[in-house]
Amino acid sequence: MEKLKNTYLGAIVIFLYAPILVLIAQSFKASRYRGQWTGFTFQWYESLMESEKIMEAFSNTLTIGVTSALLATFLALVTALGLRQMGHRGRMLFRGLANVPLLNADIVTGISLMLLFLGLGLRLGYDTILLAHIVISLPYAMLCILPQVLSMDDVCYEAARDLGAGPVLAFRKVILPELLPAIMAAFLLCFAMSADDFIVTYFTKGLGIETLTTEIYAELKLGVHPEMYALSALFFCGVLVFAALLMLNYKVIHRYRKVGRREAAV
Amino acid sequence: MRERLSARLSSHSFLALPFALWAALFIVLPLFFVLWTGLTDGAGRFTAEHLSTVLQPEYLRALKLSVELALLSTCICLVLAYPLCLILRERRERQGLLVFLLFLLPLWMNSLLTTMAWQTIMEKHGIINMLLSALGLPGVHLINTPAAIVIGMVYNFLPYMVLPLYVSISRIDESIIEAARDLGANPFQTLRRVLLPLSLPGIVSGSTMVFIPSLTTFVISALLGGNKVLLVGNIIEQEFTAAYDWQLGSALSVVLMVFIILNILLEAFTNSGEQGKKRRP
Amino acid sequence: MKKELLRLERVSKSYDGTQILEDLDLTIHENEFVTLLGPSGCGKTTILRLIGGFETPDSGKIWFDGRDITGLQPEKRQVNTVFQKYSLFSHMDVAENIAFGLKLKGKSKSYIRDKIKYALKLVNLESYEHARVTQMSGGQQQRIAIARAIVNEPKVLLLDEPFSALDLKLRQNMQRELVKIKKELGITFVFVTHDQEEALSMSDTVVVINQGWIQQIGTPENVYNEPENAFVADFIGDSNIIDGIMVRDHLVHLLGKDIPCTSAGFGENVPVDVHIRPEDIQICAPEEGQFAGRILHVVFKGTVYDITIEAGGFEWLVQTITGHAQGKEVGLRLMPANIQIMAKPESVDEEAVNDA
Repeated sequence: MEKLKNTYLGAIVIFLYAPILVLIAQSFKASRYRGQWTGFTFQWYESLMESEKIMEAFSNTLTIGVTSALLATFLALVTALGLRQMGHRGRMLFRGLANVPLLNADIVTGISLMLLFLGLGLRLGYDTILLAHIVISLPYAMLCILPQVLSMDDVCYEAARDLGAGPVLAFRKVILPELLPAIMAAFLLCFAMSADDFIVTYFTKGLGIETLTTEIYAELKLGVHPEMYALSALFFCGVLVFAALLMLNYKVIHRYRKVGRREAAV
Repeated sequence: MRERLSARLSSHSFLALPFALWAALFIVLPLFFVLWTGLTDGAGRFTAEHLSTVLQPEYLRALKLSVELALLSTCICLVLAYPLCLILRERRERQGLLVFLLFLLPLWMNSLLTTMAWQTIMEKHGIINMLLSALGLPGVHLINTPAAIVIGMVYNFLPYMVLPLYVSISRIDESIIEAARDLGANPFQTLRRVLLPLSLPGIVSGSTMVFIPSLTTFVISALLGGNKVLLVGNIIEQEFTAAYDWQLGSALSVVLMVFIILNILLEAFTNSGEQGKKRRP
Repeated sequence: MKKELLRLERVSKSYDGTQILEDLDLTIHENEFVTLLGPSGCGKTTILRLIGGFETPDSGKIWFDGRDITGLQPEKRQVNTVFQKYSLFSHMDVAENIAFGLKLKGKSKSYIRDKIKYALKLVNLESYEHARVTQMSGGQQQRIAIARAIVNEPKVLLLDEPFSALDLKLRQNMQRELVKIKKELGITFVFVTHDQEEALSMSDTVVVINQGWIQQIGTPENVYNEPENAFVADFIGDSNIIDGIMVRDHLVHLLGKDIPCTSAGFGENVPVDVHIRPEDIQICAPEEGQFAGRILHVVFKGTVYDITIEAGGFEWLVQTITGHAQGKEVGLRLMPANIQIMAKPESVDEEAVNDA
């Protein structure tokens, strides 16, 4: 039975990682075109920095990602603090509203925002992508922050006020540290959503500006620049390192917890 | 002065006001734009003309195919994810984080690129056929078929099924399963009578999260279906970026919105039933 | 002699390299109310899970009614369990929960209906058939859990600390009711608890366990009045346990004095543990007692006073129904029959006593 389960897990892991391995292999492939293996090379990693198109798209993705994540996280935090004081009904309404872009199909969100921007007379470009990304990442920021804010205890804040801290100081010293993990998670998730989005960006970007995803889509028809594979292979390695660090950290904590538990049991 | 300002800050809900404006402008208004474009003629009068265009066989066929493929991929995701989540649940203590990360990491890879990698895997002289011919087996024709699209959908959206399903399955206490066994249920009966009903919210929420993007995708069908398989998403995309018939595109989006609303209602319904039951710990 | 129903034979079990049980032997008889009593982590729940079939022993055998059930799946055992966390099925109402096992066995509708009625009556929840289990109180949920188990007519009912989540009053009520249910059903109950009062008040037989070793098996009176070792004495009730030397039969050397006692058969000049219950010590005038000392502090506990007395270099715990003033000089008097002599642990089995 255990063997069967391991086989099953293994099969799914192969299914999930097969295309990623293909991509990594392609980043080392000498020929520019898909298909047959023609030899090994590092050249795409070397020419990565010189590929202006990719670097520009990369920088757009990065700046839009960071800006939209910052703004979405901030808006979510402020809103969550406001919702804390609100009655059940109002809270449900706000939550429902906030979840609309999450539940809606990306293509509908994309074209609806495009119609809105054009209807308001805006020119599609960097700013409209930024706005659209805040729209789509806001629900994720709310998901991270709102439960934390709602479950936060008044007592600590009140105790801090009681001990003579002004409200601003109390907020900074008591509430902010408590919410910091949720705020960080929200920021990271928003950034990921922004960087990974293709469909909404595609409809709201206008001509002459590309993010990484739209650049990839544009290249798909003509053949993707192998530098793109190199970039995504590098990125994936980065994610792997991050995950490994997380594991290591967790293992240490876990071991302490286990020892603690055993001691408690004796 | 500062005191008064912050007292207001800490005790009033006006902080939610910016969001209310934001939601009105960027969440509600855009949807009205879609409705407006889809349901009016150029002069602002209501018309069902574009909606009725949707009923033409060409579009109906695409809609039917989209629904079929989305349903199929949702079912496959569910069938794949359920045993997976059961195994993960058993191992959450021992290998929890490792396994979890293992299944989440692929999400970080750009989905356009991974979908394109599936092209490399499934095409005529692709990896699958190379392996098959190395084994002396006949090749399979996958690329540019609905099957390829379904594989692409399952690959892209499987994590969306796994996450909510895992959350709801891992919440089931081991002693509930033991109680069922204790009362005479064999493992299969335990699955059918206890695990499945208790994980229903996760099943519904996961299915919604797979069904909607599968129904509305145009990227996966464009990459893995060639131009031979047309889904609703492809048509909408073409109306907006190539054919410039925004009214028809909007009308099709309105149809999609109906599906989305049905899904939201289904999910809300299962969740409210669940909440009613959970009022007491 | 009662008929044997269930026997664990040299059963060992370990988790993640930690040995929980080693070569454990335990026999349970028909229609017996057995309580497994011990501190948390002592292995009592593991024994229950082995009987229920949720764990299989690493070695050893489990016999049920003369049949080897060591590897049998839980659903095939004539044993049902009442879980600590109730573990009711939240997607079913009360009647559906109770009917769960009967439906699986393919019983007829009318049989199931009668059984539900009977079981609900037995646990005093007659009108609750269609209540939602999640909206019931902890005590009610636990009654449903009991009803759900007993309708299957098990030969043994296993109860894993079923009342630990209930408050004191409710717990006492449930204990009384459980004894009543046991009488009505006439089946074997195996009850796990770390609460010594619960164990003493309900059981026919108490099995005291520590660190996987059985310390003593006996009637409640037996384990309370004649604990076999310091662990049992200390774990059950309050105790004064003092190092002593058995001078000869009926005389023990204790804190510098020779005190008469009723025990015999330990040999001469043998180190022993001397065990005296706090309620068995009498306070008298300093010159009248065997030991003279001073009251350190007094705590009123409701029915008794816990009085700590320093005498003969030992802090005695004494329980009285009348109060005494702190700081007062007093004497302590011991009746020979109230002095319990216990051998010092020496065998492997008893080493656990010292570790605890």
